Amino acid sequence: MTTSSRFLPEERRLDANMLAGPLSEIFAVDLTPAFRRCSMCGHGGAFAQLHVYVDCPGLVARCPNCQSLVLRLVRNGNTVWLDLGGTGCLRLHLE
Amino acid sequence: MAGHWRSAELVGARRETDTARSLTLRMEGGWPGHRPGQHVDVRLTAEDGYTAQRSYSLSAPAEGDTIEITVQRVLEGEVSPYLVDIMEIGDRLEVRGPLGGWFVWDPASTDPVVPVGGGAGIVPLMCMVRARRKERSKALFRMLYSVRSPEERYYSGELGPPASGDGGLDVFVAYTRRVPEGAARHPGRLGIADLNTHGLPPELGPLCFVCGPTGFVEAAADALVALGHDPRKIKTERFGPTGGHP
Repeated sequence: MTTSSRFLPEERRLDANMLAGPLSEIFAVDLTPAFRRCSMCGHGGAFAQLHVYVDCPGLVARCPNCQSLVLRLVRNGNTVWLDLGGTGCLRLHLE
Repeated sequence: MAGHWRSAELVGARRETDTARSLTLRMEGGWPGHRPGQHVDVRLTAEDGYTAQRSYSLSAPAEGDTIEITVQRVLEGEVSPYLVDIMEIGDRLEVRGPLGGWFVWDPASTDPVVPVGGGAGIVPLMCMVRARRKERSKALFRMLYSVRSPEERYYSGELGPPASGDGGLDVFVAYTRRVPEGAARHPGRLGIADLNTHGLPPELGPLCFVCGPTGFVEAAADALVALGHDPRKIKTERFGPTGGHP
């Protein structure tokens, strides 16, 4: 992964639109359009709007409002570590 | 299934700027179609087995089993220099997708739309414009496109004077570093005044799509909220500071 130290972490962060691919290896349903209610701050919004930090061994998603840790995803070969500790409540529409 | 990697062959390429190229890829095993705004993940594998993957927005509606992406070469990039300068017709790579069901425009919707693109962030918005034309949508589009200089504009043939079938599409280009001769606007970042003048009033309830580098997206989204737009109608996609997905 190529990153530049010229940018602060806030300038390098992405959003959870980019998690659609990595999560598609695990879940049958796309989580990115889901509505999420944060269990820490009560903020409601699309899962896709989570802030995602990629300057680490894996992917780290945080609440865009309170910055609390929502999800960590690390892949090592065929082994995946998935921490959903801060997911909160998700509302999904099934096709 | 979207999460499945599939082989794709480069069957066409078109240079957009000195540092960007559109690639037409034929998907082995077909393509289910995609919604404007969606992206794919692309994976390259070196001879020693090392792999690198990146996300790229789809830039046009699918034609059968072929898809199109536009790639901006990123300084010191691992994947984009190959895709922009080296990959040849007939070469293969792996693709998974279509991906992302949130940053998407529904061509059946008649709601007005304000697409706001910074640099390579224009790519998924171009897919929306092309889908709008293809579906003969009458939805009003007021697009704002922020780009450093005239030379760095993508799709200048299509996003210039209104193309046939693009009635109801307005494109405002904000040059940030250098403007063409005779331009009234001085070079500068796309700001709240530009969004106010060239977007749509919040009273019309437009759906706003903002895509580009992280700083650009956050500033433009904040400006739209400050103008009175409903945050629930503002959809954003960040490409990172370099203007390409990492």
